[in-house]
Amino acid sequence: MEHTPFSRRIFLQQGVTLASLTSTLPWFIQQSAMAMLSPDPRLSSRPGEPEDRILVVVQLSGGNDGLNTVVPYGSDAYHRARPSLAIGTPTTKDGALQLDDTQGIGLHPRLEGFRDLLDSGCLAVVQGVGYPNPNRSHFASMDIWHTGKPGGRDHGWIGRYIDCSCSGSPAADAEVAIGRSAPLAMMGAKANPVSFENARLYQWSGKELPGGLTASYDAANRAGALDGIDPGSQAAFLMRTALDAQLSSDRVRAAIAKSPLVNYPGTKLAGQMQSIGAMIRDGMKTRVYYASINGFDTHGGQAGTHGNLMREVGEAMRAFQNDMKAQGNQDRVMTMVFSEFGRRVAQNASGGTDHGTAAPMFLIGTQVQAGVHGTHPSLTNLDDGDLRFTTDFRSVYATLMDRWLSAPGKGCAAKVLGGRYDTLKILRT
Amino acid sequence: MTDFSLEPIRTSDWNAAAARHLLRRAGFGGPPEQVQALAAMKPASAVELLLDYERTPTVEIPDSTFDKDIRRPPTAEEREVSQRARRMKDEALQQQLQQMRNERDREDREQLREIQQWWLQRMIETGRPMQERMTLFWHGHFATGYRGVENSYHMFLQNQMLRQHATGNFADLVMRILRDPAMLKYLDNDESRKGRPNENLARELMELFVLGEGNGYTEDDIKEGARALTGYTFDDDTFAFETNRHDDGPKTIFGSTGNWNGDDFARIILSRKEPSLYICAKLYRALVNDAPGIPGRNEMRVVDALAKKMREGQYDLKPVLRTLLLSRHFYDPANRASMIKSPVQLVVGATRELGVPVRNMSTVNAATDLMGQSLFMPPSVKGWDGGQLWINTSTLFVRQNLLVYLITGAGPEGGADLGSWDPAPIRAALDSATAGDASRDADALLDLVLACDATPERRKQFRSAMEALGGPLEGRRLVRALCLVTALPEYQLC
Repeated sequence: MEHTPFSRRIFLQQGVTLASLTSTLPWFIQQSAMAMLSPDPRLSSRPGEPEDRILVVVQLSGGNDGLNTVVPYGSDAYHRARPSLAIGTPTTKDGALQLDDTQGIGLHPRLEGFRDLLDSGCLAVVQGVGYPNPNRSHFASMDIWHTGKPGGRDHGWIGRYIDCSCSGSPAADAEVAIGRSAPLAMMGAKANPVSFENARLYQWSGKELPGGLTASYDAANRAGALDGIDPGSQAAFLMRTALDAQLSSDRVRAAIAKSPLVNYPGTKLAGQMQSIGAMIRDGMKTRVYYASINGFDTHGGQAGTHGNLMREVGEAMRAFQNDMKAQGNQDRVMTMVFSEFGRRVAQNASGGTDHGTAAPMFLIGTQVQAGVHGTHPSLTNLDDGDLRFTTDFRSVYATLMDRWLSAPGKGCAAKVLGGRYDTLKILRT
Repeated sequence: MTDFSLEPIRTSDWNAAAARHLLRRAGFGGPPEQVQALAAMKPASAVELLLDYERTPTVEIPDSTFDKDIRRPPTAEEREVSQRARRMKDEALQQQLQQMRNERDREDREQLREIQQWWLQRMIETGRPMQERMTLFWHGHFATGYRGVENSYHMFLQNQMLRQHATGNFADLVMRILRDPAMLKYLDNDESRKGRPNENLARELMELFVLGEGNGYTEDDIKEGARALTGYTFDDDTFAFETNRHDDGPKTIFGSTGNWNGDDFARIILSRKEPSLYICAKLYRALVNDAPGIPGRNEMRVVDALAKKMREGQYDLKPVLRTLLLSRHFYDPANRASMIKSPVQLVVGATRELGVPVRNMSTVNAATDLMGQSLFMPPSVKGWDGGQLWINTSTLFVRQNLLVYLITGAGPEGGADLGSWDPAPIRAALDSATAGDASRDADALLDLVLACDATPERRKQFRSAMEALGGPLEGRRLVRALCLVTALPEYQLC
């Protein structure tokens, strides 16, 4: 049986459908039926239609110091709490980059990338984002952000959103995560991300063994469900998933192998953003991409480390946005940047900061309401030395689900979050 | 037609394939000589050997295997110091104490990794595979996650408790889990007190541990059950019943009223019929077949009969397991190769069956995480869903690549050495299967390694793949052949 070329053609048109969930028919037969109804689905998706929109999530792991990211340089309390770590006013040497003169807030001086994004109308800052009864454990707080649930024990919010928004089976490449393991945020009851740290590893490693095993491996793994196998059986499911994996691997690796239209810096995060940019350019049907960067747990000697991280984040995001513009995809891609918590207001004795609570989030793209949103948390009315949050992170999630990824009124956000959260006026759409 | 009978398998149907099936399901599989040894016994004796493992000598696990003080509560003196630091606003001292706490956190996480690796190692080496297999089952059933406990030693103690009672009595297990420090912490019962009961443990006891979701209980039963459980907490490493936190007023659970405590609550729900059905259905999926929708209506007849046996035996597990593992239904072709290996089964099974080296346990442990089954870190109190949900395009590559790693040593940065493991035992097993006829090697290898009977199309494909290796299947060619056969989609079946 010659399934492979046929399947590949359909795949290139539509992206992979999760064969594993449709056990009654071999997936290529279902796909061919769909293909007859709509010769090339990409032609029918018009830019600006919600189903065409993409969300990129960037995770700053370790607890980013919000107060030295969006700097309340005008506050005396800030300077008092951080004798050696506070960043000065924009007019001083190594002072903050001006963000809002009247509120007295600015950006970390190494966040020039963000300043440029702001100047081009592509950066929204949401201040004081957090949640009630903040948890200061990295794991627990990250789980809360990933699930959008107070106990942090559920499927992930993006995974549940994909489950909710897709009728039937989600596409196998509806979510793509770059990282060592798939983020909890993307694990749904049905939805499951494609994940890889390095696209080179998103394939069978036996191909690199001496003796040329590739042809034999391909014959076995690209055949789909074999003759004589009950299509509803576990074996057929595995054979179909094996084919999906090969096709998805081909596609991802081919996309990433292309040189980008703009220059990216040589940093790790920029490398991830470049790969995401390449997959978007290649027309993959992915709705949500995920990137992450470690190192924000700055308990000691923070100043230099944090400055380098700020530069890495700012430059990577600026390059990515430039890439989207060069591709003509700038109006359909939005990036959200978050961390599991901010840090305590007062610096510690090691020139660092300990685990805290609320912190700013960033949205990047042409469709944001550029500028500063929400209220900066008070630096004097503290909760045991920590900031009190002013915006619930689930409001940001709700806004992205109901006003960016879906047409308004589709109402997945309330289902996913288990309750209604106000959407924020942070988008132009 | 599928045989739904729980009558014992006929001796005439007992052979190496049946023995291998038993060894894979009641354990993690074993080398060909173990399969042969079981096949040479009577079926009842083979089941007995695996199930009555108390007779098999084992390496005792002293409680001192891990550092029990890694999370000990602070001494009076230490408490005094930290209170003073706070009172005096001594920031340098507070800072120092914080650093010590951070260091202890780090050490505890490190110890958890050691415990994960220790358990994997034990599963690989044990002479009592069924004990470990069932310990793993109960870990997924009474799922407790380190992140909610943050005490590696308590995770170890729970693991020991589950191991000790792995095939004992289910009601007894329930009573013990209600006294288990890790569980009490994980489901917040240590914070539950009279007037402010925390419903978490009571809810999961109904929904996940004993009755099953929606099986006849109400929200009021949960609320009343939570009151009964108030005061169930722990002190250092042991259970403590705090009478002053316990709500000793009357509660009504399933219509029966009394001054119930947590044990009474458990006894009331265990006196119903639902738990035996719920647990037997779960055992069925864990041991017999985990295809979607299983157990369906037909399989429920088998589950019903097992549940009846469980009730007759007052929740003793062995009679149920013995009946099931010996039954014609268990060995029916419909239930062969009908499960998808869990990541732990994949790793442990490969080392036990093929004899491949473990290489580096920390790498292997990290791989179980990538495949979705990090021990002591189930995704939620629901445990691992398992079955087809183990498999997606990413985890399938990890599974295939892990086998390449075990067989050749090739990791993400390369490092393959086809000569680093001698597959002589596999060659010997092929010889005995083919009686030296090399033309049957390819088929014999499929039969040896796969749980399913390969289809004619697969056999044809595989024979030409073996021919392409260009010589007899031995040494490095056999190593390459094993990389290919373990990369077949069917290899994930067990």
